[in-house]
Amino acid sequence: MLEVREAGLYCPQGDFYIDPALPVARALITHAHGDHARAGSQAYLTTRTGEALVRARVGDEAAIESLPYGATRRVGEVDVAFHPAGHILGSAQIRLEHAGEVWVVSGDYKLSPDPTCMPFEPIRCHTFVTESTFALPIFRWGDAAGVVREIEEWWRGNREAGRASVLFAYPVGKAQRILSQLDASGGPLIYQEAVERVNAIYRGQGIALPHATEGGDLSQALVIASPQMQGSAWLRRFGKASMAFASGWMRIRGTRRRRSLDRGFVISDHADWPGLLQAIGESGAENVWVTHGYVGALVRWLEENGKRAVAVELKLPAEEAAE
Amino acid sequence: MKAFAALYAALDQTTKTNAKVEALKQYLAAAAPEDAAWAITFLIGRRPKRLLESRKLAQWAMEEAGVPDWLFGECYHAVGDFAETMALLLPPAENSSALPLHVWIEERLLPLREADDETRRARLVEAWREMDEPQRFAWNKLLTGEFRVGVSQTLVVRAIAEASGIAPEVMAHRLMGDWLPSAEFWRQLVAHDTRDADISRPYPFCLAYPVEGEVEELGDPAEWQIEWKWDGIRSQLIRRQRQTFVWSRGEELMTDRFPELDALGALLPEGTVIDGEILPWKDGAPLVFAQMQRRIGRKVLGPKILGEVPVVLVGYDLLEWNGEDVRERPLEWRRARLEEMAPAGSALVISPVVRGATWDELRALREESRGRKVEGFMLKRYGSPYRVGRKKGDWWKWKINPYTVDCVLIYAQPGNGRRASLFTDYTFGVWDDGKLVPFAKAYSGLTDDEIREVDAFVRRNTVEKWGPVHAVKPELVFELAFEAIQKSSRHKSGIAVRFPRMARWRKDKRAEDADSLDTIRGLVAGHDQENL
Repeated sequence: MLEVREAGLYCPQGDFYIDPALPVARALITHAHGDHARAGSQAYLTTRTGEALVRARVGDEAAIESLPYGATRRVGEVDVAFHPAGHILGSAQIRLEHAGEVWVVSGDYKLSPDPTCMPFEPIRCHTFVTESTFALPIFRWGDAAGVVREIEEWWRGNREAGRASVLFAYPVGKAQRILSQLDASGGPLIYQEAVERVNAIYRGQGIALPHATEGGDLSQALVIASPQMQGSAWLRRFGKASMAFASGWMRIRGTRRRRSLDRGFVISDHADWPGLLQAIGESGAENVWVTHGYVGALVRWLEENGKRAVAVELKLPAEEAAE
Repeated sequence: MKAFAALYAALDQTTKTNAKVEALKQYLAAAAPEDAAWAITFLIGRRPKRLLESRKLAQWAMEEAGVPDWLFGECYHAVGDFAETMALLLPPAENSSALPLHVWIEERLLPLREADDETRRARLVEAWREMDEPQRFAWNKLLTGEFRVGVSQTLVVRAIAEASGIAPEVMAHRLMGDWLPSAEFWRQLVAHDTRDADISRPYPFCLAYPVEGEVEELGDPAEWQIEWKWDGIRSQLIRRQRQTFVWSRGEELMTDRFPELDALGALLPEGTVIDGEILPWKDGAPLVFAQMQRRIGRKVLGPKILGEVPVVLVGYDLLEWNGEDVRERPLEWRRARLEEMAPAGSALVISPVVRGATWDELRALREESRGRKVEGFMLKRYGSPYRVGRKKGDWWKWKINPYTVDCVLIYAQPGNGRRASLFTDYTFGVWDDGKLVPFAKAYSGLTDDEIREVDAFVRRNTVEKWGPVHAVKPELVFELAFEAIQKSSRHKSGIAVRFPRMARWRKDKRAEDADSLDTIRGLVAGHDQENL
């Protein structure tokens, strides 16, 4: 039901693309991250909850239609429905059904709880298209709420030492997931602009997030900034701050040390290895298509464990796809 | 083990020296003497002889984790650190060990030496199951011995010195030589009144900084003792209580490898320590360093190799005289005593002093360096003491400019440790008959940003893979600098270079503009006709 074209995954029976890398006539969007939602297509279809985030990404003039989770829409000859993927606000797996055959394109997903989005919903299908960002058994996440406590602890230690705490977190999803669980009473809270822009959209969808503080002692502050801000002039105002990064990649010491960070907090919006295997298992799919990430490792593992797996090479994701 | 794992994490979590010293001091202050002794043993890079083969260790970790061989390989490739890969792969921890470090080492690790593989395996799996993840990681580091955590010996010395109130120089000295970690050793280490009894113990080496800016800024050349900068193995020769010890700067006892120097020791007065450079030497002149490499790796030194590649100690300085530590005496005093004691016709050659009225005159002399197989000059301030470690001001190295060649990046592979997930280890080619032949490897010289840029290039332009090695489209040109060049039958290009590094990324050049093997052969011809 799907084939790989230059712009990405294409469904001939429905004449649409899913998360195309290039402008197309009709694009179905799993979620609003830059490597999935791109500007320039003539028509978009996404989830109701995710619409505002997708719009922020593809532009005010774009023609975007949306569906509530679980609702079915016929596109061409295909029945299309969006189901929660648990990745970020409004993220979805897309279920496609045609002549009794069911495919599910997972987009990015995670199974662990996240107060800012609907939990991942397992859907039975014949073919499951999965991501593989963290598809190695070294990637195993602990309890996210516990990680947020570690962040608070780190912030407290820095306040006592009289230095600001700069936490790099991907501004769409990750930052809000942390903020929604954070005890922000410890000191001034400062958002870099990219983070606050997305915070506003989240608040618009009814997600409570702490507000930035006006003024206050910068050495006591917690600063939430996009990872791209590391080394920027903007950060200089916070003096000798402690720098930390919240990302699944922080599971590996080398990635933290290479970035010269003081701390790495292991928290990811992607499924870890056990999560990927669980989701694939629960889909009941006989065929698994594996996209961006450790594709080769996951394909080989699945094949050695009795599944039919296919490596799907999509166009290289944008820089920001790193998480 | 809890405290030690926490120390490891604390050291690993900061890039700031002061924070590291602070973490070490806190640990040492709270640790039992036997734990402290083991902790510093590992931190300064010593370790018990390797007990277990990595291959078996990996095998057992894989079985415990239920991960096949190939997948372990993929994981290692992503992590770049063997001990860490195992710690991340093992099943989720359910326990945390309260046993202290020395118990883990003395009662759990060292006895494995005598055990058969089946027992070793059982004991290790047991150990992993008793530990939490940070403990497993630190433990695996103990097992594999790859203990790098961004802590230098100097830093450990500083921490123990600050924690114990003993001068860092004394501490550095006490940490040298042969010792075994024990509570007793630790007590002696931090004791205020022990006379250091170990007769084999060398002094910390004094190291030089490269001359910055113009050499004229150092003032009048007459204030400096100027010597050639020899390219050999920096070492100390010790004669005490009728025994001879030869130490390398890497703190390796090398007496067995240099019978010539053992014999020399017997000719020296009791209570003598000489700082110098071991060089392959024949007919009053050094041989190329590659000759030394022929004998350095050998366990058995036959008469043939001893005859072909004899060594001498080129003496720089005298640190101990008649059993007295004379490092605080002025340079010229020490030099005079050294000259007096050199037995005629022995394997001790006093490093000659080079004279020049002006820096320009010396600059001209320095141009002879390559012909003399030296790396330039050493400048030592008259009147100065022999200092500990790298201190600015009294000792400078004024090296000749390196050779440079423009090469093309042809292969890349990921680095280790901190650089594991980036392509940082590069092989460069030069033109030969219309083809690029591998010429040298280099790892250093680029900024982090440049590394990232090259990494992205490699990922986009890989044309073939062999294991971790990626062959890339020959496009990027780098200026490679190196210290020496010579013919080599072991290299595809027929040429070996010493200390290659990336001097510049020549973004202005295309692959076609890179140098050819012929040009490089010309450099060899100009330098060294010796056949290897």
